[in-house]
Amino acid sequence: MVRRIAQKLKVEWLLTMPSLVWLTLLFVIPTTLVFAIAFKPADPWGGIGAGWTLDTIRSLGNPNYPAIIWRTLWISFVTTACCLVLAIPCGYYIARAQQRWRRLLLLLTVIPFWTSFLIRIFAWKVLLHPDGHVKRGLVALGLADESTMLLYRSEAVLLVMVYTLLPFAILPIYAAAEKFDFKLLEAARDLGATPWRAFRQIFLPGIRRGLLTAVLMVLIPSLGMYIIPDIVGGPRSEMIANKIAQRTFVDRNVPHASALSAALTLAVMAPMLVVLLGRRKREVS
Amino acid sequence: MKRSRIPVLTTWAVLIFFYLPIFVLIIHSFNASRFSGAWEGFSLRWYIRLFSERDIWLALKNTLIVATATTVLSMVLGTIAAFALHRFNSRLQKVHYTLIYTPLVVPDILMGISLLLFFVAIGLQLGLLTIFLAHTSFCVSYVALVVLARLQDFDFAIIEAAQDLGANWWTTTWRVLLPLLAPGIAAGGLLAFTLSIDDFVITFFVTGPGATTLPIQIYSMIKHGAPPLINALSTLLLIVTFVIVWTIQHLTQEEHV
Repeated sequence: MVRRIAQKLKVEWLLTMPSLVWLTLLFVIPTTLVFAIAFKPADPWGGIGAGWTLDTIRSLGNPNYPAIIWRTLWISFVTTACCLVLAIPCGYYIARAQQRWRRLLLLLTVIPFWTSFLIRIFAWKVLLHPDGHVKRGLVALGLADESTMLLYRSEAVLLVMVYTLLPFAILPIYAAAEKFDFKLLEAARDLGATPWRAFRQIFLPGIRRGLLTAVLMVLIPSLGMYIIPDIVGGPRSEMIANKIAQRTFVDRNVPHASALSAALTLAVMAPMLVVLLGRRKREVS
Repeated sequence: MKRSRIPVLTTWAVLIFFYLPIFVLIIHSFNASRFSGAWEGFSLRWYIRLFSERDIWLALKNTLIVATATTVLSMVLGTIAAFALHRFNSRLQKVHYTLIYTPLVVPDILMGISLLLFFVAIGLQLGLLTIFLAHTSFCVSYVALVVLARLQDFDFAIIEAAQDLGANWWTTTWRVLLPLLAPGIAAGGLLAFTLSIDDFVITFFVTGPGATTLPIQIYSMIKHGAPPLINALSTLLLIVTFVIVWTIQHLTQEEHV
């Protein structure tokens, strides 16, 4: 008996070790390193100084940062809201479509998901370019004049973020809607609820889990977004991740970059923890 | 009962939103003009020029080397991890699951900077090797979760049947379990392959001189290169993507038959 348990333990360790060791070495240790370096001083040659300090953390209060943090937050939240507003009707429609149509619609939703991120951003840079189609269309419609700049501003960043992250919202909402019992909506209507009320009070709570997943799938990458503000944004639409890259490669201030990264990680982990704790509480009660 | 038309209209509007920029890009890759504003006739000149750009071919070679190595190793590590997660239900597996899951929710930029600092700290030369190590670190998680999902649908009665018929552990694993799980493992592998080919942010941090991958190359072309050339390159990459997505759909559909 004891030998069999020992045997089983040995098998478990053998199966667990490879990934556990790999991720400890290349994920846990490096992440810890970032958090540790945030408490180190920078030396003038782009390296890390000796001793420990709280100065780096304190400098996050520097007047530059609140503006960037605020911008990162609002762009991320507005992106998430736009994605939800668009993804809920899509998920609903795909879930109710006939089998054959559903397959096609799903495939069409998944393809952008697999398409190169950079290419999709580049496609928008071309469209929004001063000589691009969107600009010329707007000028023709009288909605913009020749001097209007569509690129290099926060609205452009927002638009492209919704474009790239929308599939991440549609898929979990569709998955939840597919399991939803649509007879409930008809029952609500039969009992006299307006369509809007049936949608709000029956459908939305019914796909709650899918909505939550969609929010996390969009919000988390938004908060850490680097490449979109870098390509279609300008100096006044920088987000936290751009600042981190700038501190690392341009200013060569590694402790500063680390402190910002640590702050960003905590900001991303906060919504995750809230969701996880909420779930546990519900399961306990 | 009358149904609202909002869902159907939104869905089609969203699909047009998804595909319009891509179509414009593809059409412009055949435009003879250097500038995307004017159409000067159908031409393949950008595709022809693409073939003479040595940097792009070198970057493609690097990308494929890294992606292949990443795929193989993360398929092995991810599948083994999925077995452990599925078979055992201990404290260790809870920790293991958290460790597998966290890299998926951590921002790319944190993984990039943390790995850069780590590689510099241990004195590892930045290059293809560090890109491969970094890519494998996030691909393992994806493969593990895909295979784990397949394992949860798996009918373990087949394994018991094999054992009843006298097959030992080794034979059962290699002749029964792995072949039946192969579509799941392959889907995880393809996911790892596409993620590795497409990764920019993490690669950007851990790359070294001479180790340019395709996304890095495309990025520098976007920043200071010729747009028509990127259009042509993008179109070719889109075709590859469609083929891969189609293959994955095919692999996952077979499961249901």
